[in-house]
Amino acid sequence: MTKWSRFNVASVALGFAFLYLPIVLLVVFSFNESRLVTVWAGFSTKWYVSLFNNQGLMDAAWVTIRVALLSATIATVLGTMAALSLVRFTRFRGRMLFSGMVYAPLVMPEVITGLSLLLLFVAIGFDRGFWTVTLAHITLTMCFVAVVVQSRLLSFDRSVEEAALDLGATPLRTFFEVTLPIIAPAVFSGWVLAFTLSLDDLVIASFTSGPGATTLPMKIYSQVRLGVTPEINAACTLLIALVTVGVVIASIVTKRREVQRQRDEHAAFAGG
Amino acid sequence: MKSLGNIRRSFAPWADPDSKPFISFKNITKKFGDFTAVDNLTLDIYHREFFALLGASGCGKSTLLRMLAGFERPTSGEIILDGQDIAGIPPYRRPVNMMFQSYALFPHMTVESNIGFGLRQDGMPKAEIAERVRQMLKLVKLEQFARRKPQQLSGGQRQRVALARSLAKRPKVLLLDEPLGALDKKLREETQFELMDLQQELGLTFVVVTHDQEEAMTMADRIAVMSHGNVIQVATPAEIYEAPNSRFVADFIGDVNILEGKVKAAGNGRIEIAGDDFTVRTVGDAAPAIGTGAAFAIRPEKLKVSRAAPADAAINASEGEIWDIAYLGDMTVFHVRLPSGKVVKTSMLNAQREVENPIGYDEKVWVSFAETAGVVLKD
Ligand SMILES: Nc1ncnc2c1ncn2[C@@H]1O[C@H](COP(=O)(O)OP(=O)(O)O)[C@@H](O)[C@H]1O
Ligand SMILES: [Mg+2]
Repeated sequence: MTKWSRFNVASVALGFAFLYLPIVLLVVFSFNESRLVTVWAGFSTKWYVSLFNNQGLMDAAWVTIRVALLSATIATVLGTMAALSLVRFTRFRGRMLFSGMVYAPLVMPEVITGLSLLLLFVAIGFDRGFWTVTLAHITLTMCFVAVVVQSRLLSFDRSVEEAALDLGATPLRTFFEVTLPIIAPAVFSGWVLAFTLSLDDLVIASFTSGPGATTLPMKIYSQVRLGVTPEINAACTLLIALVTVGVVIASIVTKRREVQRQRDEHAAFAGG
Repeated sequence: MKSLGNIRRSFAPWADPDSKPFISFKNITKKFGDFTAVDNLTLDIYHREFFALLGASGCGKSTLLRMLAGFERPTSGEIILDGQDIAGIPPYRRPVNMMFQSYALFPHMTVESNIGFGLRQDGMPKAEIAERVRQMLKLVKLEQFARRKPQQLSGGQRQRVALARSLAKRPKVLLLDEPLGALDKKLREETQFELMDLQQELGLTFVVVTHDQEEAMTMADRIAVMSHGNVIQVATPAEIYEAPNSRFVADFIGDVNILEGKVKAAGNGRIEIAGDDFTVRTVGDAAPAIGTGAAFAIRPEKLKVSRAAPADAAINASEGEIWDIAYLGDMTVFHVRLPSGKVVKTSMLNAQREVENPIGYDEKVWVSFAETAGVVLKD
């Protein structure tokens, strides 16, 4: 182990403070007794109670969760399909263009994605609301799923699929009985990523949402303009908790597979 | 049990003009883009044959096997299996199974489920599947590993799971792509004999791909020696070794000395070739034109090294000088330099533990061989 110099300790502390101090403050003040968000007046969970009684916020939360579940699921299906075709059909015409187009939304400014989707929905006369937000989130998150699944597929041994075909499994059964179970952890990680991205998106939702489909980030943002209340702090804390749990689950799934694999290989050598 | 040797000796359907081939490759060509991996290849394989495709890496062996399994489509030509053209049949409906070089076990299934996978695809009743899986586990001696995952097995055990899985459906033909390539030498040799016994016991047709000539010689009834997408010679191991049809085959299988010369006389089943060191008098049906160049191939163990000139004047002989000696335990290899400067390789079995006054470096010796000891190559 290298020794930690004071400088190292200081720079790590500073870095973490920069990243997490605002969040810690927010979480701490969500348990504040006082209505004032910057003056500590003792511990209380009353803002959580009042949050659950705030119909507006609860409705927004419910919309957000429905949008996130639905869009993450559809984006996972589409993203996995895109990843499969990108990795498997390496020589179809326009593959470069296709892969570029799948990844473009990763770097596209959200404002542009949001605006272009808005223009599209207006042009085709699609009433804005729950479905437009969901569609927009599918567009946004699909490419993230594709990236995650594609990196798994690149190290996938094709002969395993050929073995399944050889043993009499149709291509469809091969996919569901062999390919999918093997890439499942990556697909699941992709889903969790898509879910959390959808959960905390503000920009695209603002462009594509309509009346009756206000998401939680939108609601929070609009309320903050009228002044921050501890209720909002409480809502944000719950959102942070949800996202953290999602990210932790995704990384544990990935990590556990790795550890399991290493342990199995160890056992194989020891067992002879 | 009847000895393997006896069954083997009497098994020669390829020599019988009435027997029909079980698998026929007819003018098969396979191109990957501009690259020709298999080039107008024609080959017959018979029922219950243990057939080996032998050749250097990249000569198209796996491609040929994969066309039979259905993973590659021939660019032209047809493949007949049991009287049926299988061109349009997808891999999952072909009555052949393949054992993959990488084993390709399903990592998310136990050994049992791996072996039962093909049976489940056929919709076999559960009880029957369990029974068949049990048989297969017994066959490959892995009963106590049924519940393990492939990652929890050693290389040799994985190889046996792969074998059991490919045999579970009782395919008409089993294809094996370098089945023993990943095993160490000792295990490989044991497994070669196990595979032979298994093939006899189950009465299946095996087509095995290998780049290891010893492996092919050990296991196969017949060997096809391949090079650059072509079959150069198809014959039994003994024929391939003793009567190679070409310089390539002679060189590829085992060690060989090639003596060059010009045809001096030919006819009545005899050929005489005048070379620099020897005038080779040998037997052969071919009657090459007098004066054309010819090559005579002879294996090291068929050359005799002696201090005294051979008594029989009819025998082929030349003087030489010991150039190098390598003691290998079971035999000793001498490199002998002939008067023309050509060095030939000879080997002598060490039948005794000690030899009085062994032949040493720089000694003058005679190299000789009988007239039936080698063959005239056709190209
Ligand atoms: N899918 C493919 N695409 C392009 N070239 C291939 C493909 N499969 C095999 N080849 C080429 O065909 C040749 C023969 O390959 P293969 O049959 O695998 O040889 P081997 O005799 O070693 O099994 C090799 O040069 C290989 O690079
Ligand atoms: Mg190969």
